[in-house]
Amino acid sequence: MALKHCVHTRIGAAAAAVIAAPGWSADRFITVASTTSTEQSGLFRHLLPVFEKKSGIQVRVVALGTGQALDMARRGDADVVFVHDPAAEEKFVAGGYGLRRNEVMYNDFILVGPKSDPAKVAGGRDIVAALRAIQAAKAPFVSRGDKSGTHAAELRLWKLAGVDPVSGRGNWYRETGSGMGPALNTASSLNAYLLADRGTWLAFKNRGDLRIAVEGDRRLFNQYGIILVNPARHAHVKQAAGQQFIDWVVSSEGQRAIADYRIGGEQLFFPNAAAR
Amino acid sequence: MQEFGRSGAVALGLVTGLDSDLLAIVALSLQVSLSAVAMAALIGLPLGAAAAVGRFPGRRPLIVLLNAFMGLPPVVVGLVIYLLLSRAGPLGHLGILFTPAAMILAQTVLIVPIIAALSRQVIEDAWVEYGEQLRSLGSGPARSGFTLLWDTRFSLLTVILAGLGRASAEVGAVMIVGGNIDGVTRVMTTTIALETSKGDLPLALALGIVLITLVFALNASAYLIKEAVQRRHG
Amino acid sequence: MLPLVLESVTFEVAGRRIIDRVDATFTHGTRTVILGPNGAGKSVLLRLCHGLLIPSEGAVRWGRGDDSIARQAMVFQRPVLLRRSALRNLTHALALRRVPRRERLARARAALDTVGLASVAERSARVLSGGEQQRLALARARAVEPAVLFLDEPTANLDPAASREVESVIQDIHEAGTKIIMTTHNLGQARRLGDEVLFLARGRLVERAGIDDFFRHPSSSEAVAFIRGELPWH
Repeated sequence: MALKHCVHTRIGAAAAAVIAAPGWSADRFITVASTTSTEQSGLFRHLLPVFEKKSGIQVRVVALGTGQALDMARRGDADVVFVHDPAAEEKFVAGGYGLRRNEVMYNDFILVGPKSDPAKVAGGRDIVAALRAIQAAKAPFVSRGDKSGTHAAELRLWKLAGVDPVSGRGNWYRETGSGMGPALNTASSLNAYLLADRGTWLAFKNRGDLRIAVEGDRRLFNQYGIILVNPARHAHVKQAAGQQFIDWVVSSEGQRAIADYRIGGEQLFFPNAAAR
Repeated sequence: MQEFGRSGAVALGLVTGLDSDLLAIVALSLQVSLSAVAMAALIGLPLGAAAAVGRFPGRRPLIVLLNAFMGLPPVVVGLVIYLLLSRAGPLGHLGILFTPAAMILAQTVLIVPIIAALSRQVIEDAWVEYGEQLRSLGSGPARSGFTLLWDTRFSLLTVILAGLGRASAEVGAVMIVGGNIDGVTRVMTTTIALETSKGDLPLALALGIVLITLVFALNASAYLIKEAVQRRHG
Repeated sequence: MLPLVLESVTFEVAGRRIIDRVDATFTHGTRTVILGPNGAGKSVLLRLCHGLLIPSEGAVRWGRGDDSIARQAMVFQRPVLLRRSALRNLTHALALRRVPRRERLARARAALDTVGLASVAERSARVLSGGEQQRLALARARAVEPAVLFLDEPTANLDPAASREVESVIQDIHEAGTKIIMTTHNLGQARRLGDEVLFLARGRLVERAGIDDFFRHPSSSEAVAFIRGELPWH
C-alpha cells in the first residue's frame, strides 16, 4: 500500500521539496533491523503481511548481518532489532541501547559441504570433530567474516574445536565478508564447506554440489531474539508501534504464523517465545 | 549458455506477465534515477558552465576535483550519506534514511561530478569557438555560460544520459541508504543483488536483462528525439 | 565616441612582440582598411582596438572617454552564430545591448531585411549557407547600431558572388554613418571599400595613406613588395 503511495508521490525537482517530502516519513510504519537469514529465507514475506493487515502498521525491514543490524539500531536508525546472536544482544541491552530482549524462535545451523567430502565428515553429528577434520585436511572452508550472527556462531565453534582458523587464512580458510547468500554462492563455486543457517539453506537455489554434511548437534542451536530500541536514548523511536510488533511476534498468533512457514513441506523456524 | 537462455525466457515472462511487483520496482527505479538526474543536471550544468567560462580563484582545483569525482565509489557515497542521514548524524532529524529521498540524494551526489565535469568540457570547447564573438556582443561570463548551455544542448543530452546510466546502474549507494526494503526502497539493482544472494541466478539475470533493456530504450528514445530536433537546428 | 586613438600600442605573447608601438588615430566618416602580409598583426590590431585584447604597453583611447564595447561591433572571418533561428540570433544581440524587449523583434526584422535575409528569419542560423551566415553576422552587427564596426577578413571564406553581397552590405552600413575598420588580404576589395590604408609589416605601422596614393605611390619598400606580391601583373 505504502509502495503505491511512494510511487505516486511526485518528486519535485528541487532538493528542498524532496528532502521535506512528508509522504515517506509520516506514514504508520516501523523500521526493523534484521538479518539476511530472516529476509533471504523468505520468512518476512510470509510473516509481515499478516501483521500489517491486522495492525495497519507497515514493517520496513533492513536486512544486514547481526553485528551491522545492532550497529544500525545503536545509531537510532531502527525501532526494533530482530537478530540471532544472544551474546551480542545481551550486550546491546546491557549497554542501554535496547529494552527487554525477547526470545522468538530458533532453528539450527548446519555444516554444508561438497558431495566429494574431502574432509570425510558427511553424515556426522559432532560439529566440533568435523571442524577439526576440515582443518586437518586443509579442505576449503568459506567463512562469512562479516560479524553476523552466523559468523559469531562459527567462531565460537572453532574455539570449542581448539582451532585457530585464521592461521589458514588465504589458504583453505576463505573469509568472504558477505551475507549468507553470497557466501553460499562462493562455497558452491569453490566446493567448500561452510556453516549456514538452515532457513537460508532451504530457500537457496544455487546449491550446485553442496549437501548438508553435519546437522543435529546441540551446539548448532540458533536462537533468534527481538528487542525494542531504547526510546530514552533515541526519542524518535516509535515505541508504541514497535512494541505492538514485538507483542504480536511473541503472541500465540505470531508464533503460529512462524511455525506455518515452510519450504517444500519443511518447517524453517521453530517458535519458542516464553509465554507472557 | 543454457543459463542465459533460461534467463531470457524468465525475463520475457516477467515482462509479458506484467508482474505487479516488478512494475512497482521498475517504477521506483525510474523515479529515483530520473529525479537524481534532474537534480544533478540542475546543479551540475551551471557548475560545469561556471568552471568552463568563469575566471575565479580555485577554478583549476575545482576542475581537477570534478574530474576525479567522476569515479566516486558508490559505496563510499552511500556510506557518507548514510552517516549524514543517520539519526545519530547531522541530518538525522530529517528522518529520510531508508526512503527514496535518501536514494535520490545519494545518486545525485554520485552524478553531479559526472554531469559537471563532462559539461565543463563540452562548454569549454564551445567557448573557444564562441568566446570572442560573445564578448564582442557584450555578453558577461554568467550570461555567456547560460547561452552556451543552450547552444550545446545536443551534446549535453549525451552528458545527461551518461549521468542516467551511472545512476540506474549503481547498487552500492542505494543499497546502503535505501536499505533495500521490500516495497519501499527496493529498486532494480538491489533486487538483482538480493536474488543473486538467494542463489536464484536465472531470476537475477532476467532482472538484469529487463534493466538493460529499459536503459537501452531510454537512450534510444533520447537519441531519436535529439536526431530529429538536431536535423532542424543544425 | 570617435576618434579612436592608439598610443604606442604594443602587444606581446610569451615574449614575442606581435604589435610594436603602433600610434594611430581613427576618425569618423572614413573607411579604414588595414593591409599587410600574413603574420603582420592585422587581426591582433583589430582585436586590440575592439577591446578583446589588452595592450601589453601603450593605450587604446576613445574620444570623450567612452570606451564602451556597447557602441562597437565586430564581424569575424568565420561567422559565429548561435544554434537558434536567424531572427533569434539578432534578438539575442539586441537583448545584450539592453534594447527594450518590445523593440527587439521589429529591429531584428528590419536588420534582416537590409541584408536580404527576411525570408529565412525563422530558419536555424546553423543551416544557412556560408554567405548567408556572414550576412546574418553583418545584420547582427548592424542591428545594434554601432558607432564603429570592425571586420576581420569578412569575405575570406566566401565565393566571389557571396563576397559581393557582403561588400554591398558593408557599404550600406558605412552609408548609414558607421565607422568601418576592416582587414582584408584582397586588394581589389580594399580598393572598392577603402578610403584609407594602414599598412602593417611585422607588427609595425609602416605606412598610412589615402587609398589611391597607397596603390599608386607606396612610399615604403615593404608596401612596394607587398603590392607586387599580391598583384603580380601590376
